[in-house]
Amino acid sequence: MKILLVDDSSTMRRIQKNTLGSLGFTDVDEAEDGQDAVAKVGKAPYELVLMDWNMPNMTGIDALKAIRANPATAKIPVIMVTSESEKTRILEAIQAGATNYIVKPFTPDVLKEKLDAIGK
Amino acid sequence: MRSELVNPFLKATMSTFQTMVNTAPTPGTPYVKAEPSLSHDVSGIIGLSGGAKGAVIISFPTKTALAVVSAFIGLNVSQIDADVTDAVGELANIIAGAAKADLQGLNVTISLPSVVVGSNHKVTTPKDIPSIVIPFNCTHGEFVVEVCIALT
Repeated sequence: MKILLVDDSSTMRRIQKNTLGSLGFTDVDEAEDGQDAVAKVGKAPYELVLMDWNMPNMTGIDALKAIRANPATAKIPVIMVTSESEKTRILEAIQAGATNYIVKPFTPDVLKEKLDAIGK
Repeated sequence: MRSELVNPFLKATMSTFQTMVNTAPTPGTPYVKAEPSLSHDVSGIIGLSGGAKGAVIISFPTKTALAVVSAFIGLNVSQIDADVTDAVGELANIIAGAAKADLQGLNVTISLPSVVVGSNHKVTTPKDIPSIVIPFNCTHGEFVVEVCIALT
């Protein structure tokens, strides 16, 4: 499965990439912010996007809306991975089309559970 | 300062370290920050705005920062570099985000993290906003979380 990992923190990209690798997912590309993600997501056959929320240039929620607005990328599962854990924020993400939601801090088991939940 | 404004940051620090750094930090007794302020080597800073204003600051001595970041990213780091500063900023971000969930009624907005590096630096906060320092001890050493917060 080809995955796009979007986070402005190189640390979080590294942690998530290592976790995905330990779960057997090794085809992982990275994007540094929402703008970078929107530019990359249409150029390769991604089957999943893991998206941070608070990022410079373009936030994760705006990138999610852009991905959903493009017919070519609208159906790609997008899991928000963020420290934004308020119910109103989670609702906002779901309404914008998020497939699922992971709140930081999280364990590898939580990531696996969310991947299982979307059948990956 | 009302304890309900500080406790979410204490709780968030403990859960973040337990989950992401694999160590259970022990909090010491919180105290009001007084001048001259504490000095540190690496500090991650998140600004707070919206229903509350101020900042949350996590500060480490170099040795503790290196040990904590090594455990956090799963790779041994031996000097303060871009990876370490990014990791300290992300820890501050996760703590502030988790604490924010317990401050739901306040509609707090958190900034992107800033990180200060420098031997024995001091972080100054606005004098009109009270600051509470929460000391922690964990298997990687001692660190402090400073909560500078007031309702708007």
